[in-house]
Order: sequence, then C-alpha cells, then structure tokens
Amino acid sequence: MSACIQTIQDYALRSVGIGERLLPKGEYTLCEHFTLIGSGMIWNIYFAVTALILGFFFATVLALGKASSNNWLRKPSEWFIFLFRGSPLFIQFFFAYFLFLSLKQTSPLFDGFTAASVGALIVLFLNTSAYSAEIFYGALQSVPKGDIEAADAYGITGKTRFRRIVWPTMLRLAWPAYTNEAIFLFHATTLVFFSAFPAWQQKGDALYYASYFADKTFNPFIPYPILAMYFIMATLVIVGLFGAINRRLNRHLPQEARPKLKLRPQIIR
Amino acid sequence: MFSYCTDPSTLEGLTWLSCYLTTGKHMGFYMSFLTVLALLAITAPTALAFGFAGASAARSRIAPIRWLGKGYTAIVRGVPDIAFFLFFVIALDQGFEWMRHKVKCPDWDEPIRQGADFIVCQSAKLPLSASPQWVHETYGFFLAVLTFAIVFGAFASNVIFGAMRAVPRAQMETAEAYGMTQRQAFWRILVPQMWVYAVPGLSNLWMVLIKSTPLLFLLGVEDIVYWARELGGTKNARFTDYPHGDWRIWYFTFLLVFYLSFTRVSEIAMEKLMKRLTRGQATTAGEAQRKATA
Repeated sequence: MSACIQTIQDYALRSVGIGERLLPKGEYTLCEHFTLIGSGMIWNIYFAVTALILGFFFATVLALGKASSNNWLRKPSEWFIFLFRGSPLFIQFFFAYFLFLSLKQTSPLFDGFTAASVGALIVLFLNTSAYSAEIFYGALQSVPKGDIEAADAYGITGKTRFRRIVWPTMLRLAWPAYTNEAIFLFHATTLVFFSAFPAWQQKGDALYYASYFADKTFNPFIPYPILAMYFIMATLVIVGLFGAINRRLNRHLPQEARPKLKLRPQIIR
Repeated sequence: MFSYCTDPSTLEGLTWLSCYLTTGKHMGFYMSFLTVLALLAITAPTALAFGFAGASAARSRIAPIRWLGKGYTAIVRGVPDIAFFLFFVIALDQGFEWMRHKVKCPDWDEPIRQGADFIVCQSAKLPLSASPQWVHETYGFFLAVLTFAIVFGAFASNVIFGAMRAVPRAQMETAEAYGMTQRQAFWRILVPQMWVYAVPGLSNLWMVLIKSTPLLFLLGVEDIVYWARELGGTKNARFTDYPHGDWRIWYFTFLLVFYLSFTRVSEIAMEKLMKRLTRGQATTAGEAQRKATA
C-alpha cells in the first residue's frame, strides 16, 4: 500500500514532466499501470477541453457562414468543413506536423508549433470546429419558422434576434448531436502521439503509456482494460455534464417534449 | 523505368520527375494504395457480416445469445477505437498462438507468460519462424483485416439493429397473420425491408471506414502512410540517385487529396444507391419519388 502511494507521488504527474524522470522498470505492478495511464489522461483532458471550448465559437461562425446567402462567406465555410470532415484526422495530424516543420525553417515564429501541446491542439481545434459546424448548420436549418416569425412580430431583429431567438434554439436542437461530437473528440485525442507528433521525454497521453506497457510486457490484457476504464469514466462525466446543459437549454419546454440525450456509438474520424 | 533514366543527375525538370516517380520504391508506394483498397474490399463485407450476426443475436429470444449480441454492440461505446485496434492486434495474435499451442504441444509444462515474454512452442508460432517474408506480411495484413472487421462489425451491428427496429411493426404482424414462422418472417419480410433504413447509417460507416484506413500504419502494415513518410524524408545524394530535401509535406498533401476525392466520390455513389433503394418504399423519400414520376 505504501509502495503504491510512493508510486502515485512519483508518477501521477509524470505526463507533464513532474516527478520521477525514468519510467518504472522490470516487473510492472498494477499500481504503476493505473498511475501512469491515469497520468496520461491529463493530456487527453487538456486537448479535449481546450479544443472543444475554442471550437465551439469557431463552429458557430462557420455554421453561420455556411447558412449565409453571401457566396464569399458560404463557399469558404463549405470548403473548410469539407476539407476537415472528408479527410482522416490521422492524415491531418501528419500534414500539420510536416507543415509546421517546414514553416519553422522560414520563421522562428513557428518554433513552438511542432510540439504536440500547440500543433496537435490546432489540428484538433480545426477538426472539431468543422464537425460541430456541420451539426450547428443542420440545427440552424431546422429552427422552427414560427419562432422567427414570432420574433419579427415582436420587432426583434438583427443581432438581438440571433442572440435571443435563433442561437438558443440552434443550440437546443444541436445539443444531443454535439454531445456525441464531444465524446468522439475526446476519443480522438488518443491519436495525437500515434501520428507525427513526438512524445518528448516520454511525456505522452493515456494511450501512449498503455501501449508502452503493452510493448514492454507483451501483455495487452492489463493496460488496455485500464485505459478503457478511464475512458468510460470520462465519457460518463461528459454525458453528465452535457446532460445538465441539455436540461437547462430545454427548461422552458413541457416535461414530455424535452428531448433526451441519446448516445450513438463513437465513430472514428 | 524509362531508358533515359540511367543517369538521373544529368536530368532536369519533368524528365527528372518522370524518372523519380517511377523508381522501384515509388512502385511500392503505388502498390500500397492497392493494399488499402484490398483492405476496404475485404473488410467491408466481413464487417457487414459481423454486424448482421451481432444485430440478429441482439434480437434473439434466447437470453445468453441476446446478451452476447448486445455486449458486442456495446463494446465500442465509451472506449477509443484506436485502443481497440492496438489491443486486438496483439490479443488476436496471442490468442491464435495460444490455441495452436494447446493443440500442437499438449505436453508442454512451462507457463506461457514468463514475466515479459509470451512463449509458445516452436510449431505453434504464427507464422512459423522459417516461413518466407510474404507469409509474415500476409499474416500481418490478415490480422489487420480481422481487427478492422471486429471493430467495424460492432458499429455496423448497431446500425443494423436500429434499422431492424425501424421496419414498421405492422409488416411483421401481417407476416404472422399469413402464418409465416418467425424465421420466414425474419428472412422474407424484415431483412429485405430493413436495408433502406440501414443505408444512411451504413454509408456513414463506409466513409468512416475509408477515413480509418491510415490506421493500418499503426497495425504495422506497410501502407500509404508508411511509404509517404519513407519516400518524403530527406534523401542524401550518397544513398540515392534522386537526392531531395524534406518532401513529406508534399506526399501528405497527395494523401489528403486522395482521401478527399475518395470520400467525395463515395458520397455521390451513396446518394445514387439511396435513391435506388427508396424506390417503392413506404417512406417520405419514397413517396416524394413516386410523386415526382407520376
């Protein structure tokens, strides 16, 4: 038990470079498995939370662009969404890494971008923006006509109409799909260290450590179930959090008309 | 490839490029596209079969079979798919070797897992250590296909299960009224009608399957990602006739374009298929089609 506490002290923050430098050696205990893989989750949470929050705003802009009647706004948004939804995230990571690598040679401005914490975050941010934008666009198209007519009748127009009528309704309609998107994005963060971005000084995410253990012990039956457990727990947290927001968005509706969150299986991007 | 390619250092411009793009290594690169297409061609029907079996099992009236089907559908929820890929490749390999070990070497008394090693008797090794290189490669590819089929089968199972439930209940009741057995009603009424409900989900899955093919790289198959990295890296004049700088970004641009056009073409094809399937169906789209022609 005390050995385990020692392990937790040594490795709980290993993925961000705090604690013991060398990874454990020889016979790996269950405690080491749990601690190190859990430590890697810090990266997954960092990527998912930051990309989701930034992506949310950009996605709204993109969705409005795609719904716009102005060609100069619509075409770029459509192309952006097509580019990021039509190609594999895995290839996007590679592409971005090599792009940043060559940009680095032209300007020192791009020095930090080849690190996963910045470069991969940009890719994830753009990727989730594209996927969420498609969801928001779909919701925007299905905002009830009556809502907008009612707004017009009350003399609510322009920005106010968008902020108080269209946008809340769009969010309400998009929310179940957006919850799925949040879950997929969270799962997609495991790709970062398996594509081009290097795990500097063995600071990696949960899957990085899980596959490290699987490689060393040649036994996949311990690290991967532990990883699965962490991810299921995290998924439950996301579902709980988004469910609470969903309830708030739908609080004005009669009880039985409120849409329930229905989770679809996760899909690779 | 071409006769003028004997001394590339004297060539320039397009002639140089034509020689560069036809080297033996580039041929390997082009062949790897076939690997990807082969994977898609084998995996898609296999995954569909897995999915169909899973969905049928999930509808079974025998509880253990139903649990099995539901459990299979549920494994893909909540856990990242890449984790499944990495897990199944090793787990399947060890599973096969373990089974062969039990059959071929029954009098082996040492434990199989010794610390960090997984030791089975020589004749149980897969592929046998004496077999040629292509057997190893084929075995690796086979494991990758099986892994893809298991994971995508679970996705497909979920889609098909939903589609089976979407078939109007009255259709099955009519079948029963006509005296069809459970099995007859399933094969003659439910299965032909469920496809129209399953196609949107399945076409989405097909897109996802296309987009997941670069993961072959993680499973250790020499696929397009492997070759793009290999060929794009800086080439020194000492080791090659075609020295160049870091061109990986161009190779990955090419892959990006390849995938974009592939998904776009699939999208158009799926729309056509959907149109064909909705013909004469009792759905909104089918009704709209009927009115358009009438």
